[in-house]
Amino acid sequence: MAEMTANGYELAANRKPIRPGLILTWTVLLVGGLLMITPLLYMFSTSLKSAGQVYDLRLIPLAPSFDNYVKVLSDGRFMRWFLNSALVATTVTLSNVFFDSLVGYTLAKFEFRGRYFIFLAILSTLMIPTEMLVIPWYLMSSQLGWLDSYWGIMFPGMMTAFGTFLMKQFFETVPDDFLEAARIDGLNEFEIWWKVAMPLVMPAISALAIFTFLGNWTAFFWPLIVTTSKELYTLPVGLSSFAVEQSIQWELIMTGAALATIPTLLVFLVLQRFIVRGVMLAGLKG
Amino acid sequence: MAHLPDIEANGATRKGRTGFVLTQSGRKVLWAWSFLAVPILFYSWIRFYPTLSAFWISFTDWDLLRPANFVGLENYQKLFADPVFWKVFRNTFAYLIIGTPISLLLSFVIAYYLDKVTFLHSFLRALYFLPFLTTAAAMAWVWRWFYQPIPIGIINGILSNLHLPAQQFLRSPAQALPSIMVTGIWAGLGFQIIIFMAGLRAIPSTYYEAARIDGLGEWAILRKITLPLLKPTTVFLVVFSSIGFLRIFDQVYNMTSNDPGGPLNSTKPLVMMIYQTAFSSFDMGYAAAQTVVLFLILLVVSLGQLFVLRNR
Amino acid sequence: MRKRFTLASLVAGISFMALSSAQAVEIEYWQYVFETRVNAMDQLISNFEAANPDITVKQVTFPYADYQTKVIASQAGGNGPDVLQFFYGWLDKFQQGGVLQPLDEAVFPTAEIESEFFPIVSAVKRDGAYYGLPTAVRSLALFYNKKLLDEAGVAPPTTLDELVDVAMQTTKTDGGGNITSEGLTLDFAGQDHHWWREVLVRQMGGEPYDANGNVSYATDAGLQALNFYTDLQTAHNVGLVGFMDEGQAAFKAGLAAMTVDGTFRLGAFNAITDFEWGVVELPANADGVRSNYASYFANGIGSGATDEKKAAAEKFLAYISSTEAMQVWLDVVGELPARRDAALTEANLADPIYAPFLKGLEYAHTTTFVDEAGQRQTAVDMVNRVLLENQDPQASLDEAAAAEQAMIDAAKK
Repeated sequence: MAEMTANGYELAANRKPIRPGLILTWTVLLVGGLLMITPLLYMFSTSLKSAGQVYDLRLIPLAPSFDNYVKVLSDGRFMRWFLNSALVATTVTLSNVFFDSLVGYTLAKFEFRGRYFIFLAILSTLMIPTEMLVIPWYLMSSQLGWLDSYWGIMFPGMMTAFGTFLMKQFFETVPDDFLEAARIDGLNEFEIWWKVAMPLVMPAISALAIFTFLGNWTAFFWPLIVTTSKELYTLPVGLSSFAVEQSIQWELIMTGAALATIPTLLVFLVLQRFIVRGVMLAGLKG
Repeated sequence: MAHLPDIEANGATRKGRTGFVLTQSGRKVLWAWSFLAVPILFYSWIRFYPTLSAFWISFTDWDLLRPANFVGLENYQKLFADPVFWKVFRNTFAYLIIGTPISLLLSFVIAYYLDKVTFLHSFLRALYFLPFLTTAAAMAWVWRWFYQPIPIGIINGILSNLHLPAQQFLRSPAQALPSIMVTGIWAGLGFQIIIFMAGLRAIPSTYYEAARIDGLGEWAILRKITLPLLKPTTVFLVVFSSIGFLRIFDQVYNMTSNDPGGPLNSTKPLVMMIYQTAFSSFDMGYAAAQTVVLFLILLVVSLGQLFVLRNR
Repeated sequence: MRKRFTLASLVAGISFMALSSAQAVEIEYWQYVFETRVNAMDQLISNFEAANPDITVKQVTFPYADYQTKVIASQAGGNGPDVLQFFYGWLDKFQQGGVLQPLDEAVFPTAEIESEFFPIVSAVKRDGAYYGLPTAVRSLALFYNKKLLDEAGVAPPTTLDELVDVAMQTTKTDGGGNITSEGLTLDFAGQDHHWWREVLVRQMGGEPYDANGNVSYATDAGLQALNFYTDLQTAHNVGLVGFMDEGQAAFKAGLAAMTVDGTFRLGAFNAITDFEWGVVELPANADGVRSNYASYFANGIGSGATDEKKAAAEKFLAYISSTEAMQVWLDVVGELPARRDAALTEANLADPIYAPFLKGLEYAHTTTFVDEAGQRQTAVDMVNRVLLENQDPQASLDEAAAAEQAMIDAAKK
């Protein structure tokens, strides 16, 4: 390390390119990055430890075992919550991809009176925090019998202003000529949207899908309120109740937390490039 | 002659005058409204109606069990006279005012340098991005464990090995809020870094080349080119991150479940107060008044930020 | 899935099962999650279903923190439980909210209840009607880790002075003065607030509440009791609020020599294999004055249960408050039977674990809570202000008394 610094000083003095500086930058970034994932590393490490070893702060467990996973998964609760989350997040994502695109497309490519008004109205809902709506939603759900049901968890997020805005931005970049050509080929407006326009904005759709899925997979506030039976808990709500019930057995809590985290991490490792690009797209246009 | 109707097709068809077949633009309008029918219903019923409803409930004493009575501004008077509300108000802004600048500064610095590094770039990026993909409710428990006193807390264990005094973290009225805020910054950093990097990439390299030819140093380039051109990204992230901190809940709920809202309400944000009022005390009218206040805070803060940043 | 198997093994025989399910009434039983309580109830339900093949009972459980929310929310949603467990201190809220229906005098005669149960059962009586019956009552005692006390060469304490002494001798600290093993757990949000309110305040010569139910602990006695408690951390350094997150977790992990806890913890502590533990009565003061806090969860009938569901619910309630059920509860959960004859057996009185709790019941008090969670929070905040903000104990005590009195006044309105 000392040698490297000395070397770097020398090179800088010679007005050579800033390579040693880069090495330092790289090292600092690596250390920072490792710090960022320390909570994750400890979570996984502790999930492989026995109750007695929890107090041992070693990162690599002495005798790693999957006993905690067997214990946590044995009664099927986590599997159920996992499936609930997957079902809810998938359904809501599909609904958003469909409706947000459809509305975004309509607002981008159709001329009609009231278009701007509709656009502003939808956009204005971005300013309304979910927290303000939960009490009326709760009342509505209790009157309609939606409390404690999948639909009850899902309905508030079936369409979002954010997704609509994002898709509108992207559909505006689709050249009208393409759509006109399809019109001449005799496709109806729905087919033009679905078969011609949608494939042209696939990157935006994937960005929207990633965001919606992730948001619903990790959602906590509304599912906590709307679900009462354990069978309908989503993973985050289930995990939270599980952690309280374990009366502070950290190795089991860490195992639960790891189980909630593993799926998104796996998906990321497989689709890293795709996801990062999606996030960039959504962030820039959104 | 035979050609004419085809041209006219863009305006009116030959049969247009019968009144039963619409013009093409008329047909398109019909399509548009049919595409929008379900969404309009959705937005009216699931967004606008509940918004009005929340305002209405805030003027009642509704408690789920008995019929609601109109009580005027009583809930608001009660709220502004409640010392707990002012504590919560302060906490909420503490999350915002400390959390947002720190997380933006950190993420910009990291993104700025990460952008210059090519060796194992996507590996490094992944390290910073991974926390963004975690579930806040799950990671809150990991952090809660980190903050435990000796002998089980990781951080206190490290402090003790370094012969430094143990810290109370979540048990201290002074440290509890920053301790929770760190977890919020940690979780959001990856997203902000990625967005900043996208912003940096979008700046045409010719600008930099021109600046270098003009003999500008790295610092001057950063100040005169990078930062100004990055402003739209920065504005987006300021607003986005502020809203996130103003609405913090998952972490607080899970990290302080045995003394909800931290010792002496030291970590309790407004959303937590809303949750407790509505779903522990079932004081729906009072809770609705709190949600209206949250709405106004969010509105003022985001419009304020947009206004200030736009004019600078 | 599992439920169906239990039923199948019970009924034994497909045709019989078809017959019974055709006529079955299903009722829902709700309680909060506490492993041993859930197990005990599973056992009671299978006994009950075996005896009443035409009734099935579905047990639904929620985390303690959400339990009241879920009960009241279900009431609003119209899909509440038929039989539910509730803390006696929640009765006012539940009764006003129409969650519960009064017990039918013809099925559960008042005179019988009052002669057969411990007198504290009257805390669930309103306007002459009972709203529930307990299966078990709970009282407090001092648990101690035999291994840690033996290591320090001390005997379990019988007085408050001895308690401090033993705690000091069993506390372990590291080089930096941090506690690595507590002498006595300090967990005010756990059972310690009861210990302070109904035991320590009385032992210092005070009364927590006057005859009208108003706060009366903001006195010298209350101050002495508060100082005694906070001194355990600040002056004697025998415990730390928040150590291991919860007192019971510290004791269970073998990292606390003593803890004040209730009968309901016996089941969980029975799972400890690393060390032996024992129980003694809560320490007396210098004059030999003892006190204890008793409480219970009662089972009541949900207001939504009518007709055949109500009849089934009554049958089930009668069973889970029977002597037989109380024995199961005692064996599985470790809570003391709420019926005198079931509790005061020779075997129980000779039992080294149960005896201290039963003795405690003789001089126990109940607190008439109007808002259990809220009143607990005022007590927790009182101690936090002293321990974390160094507030003057007298000022903190006065502040707590005022806050709690405001809750009591609000409830009386």
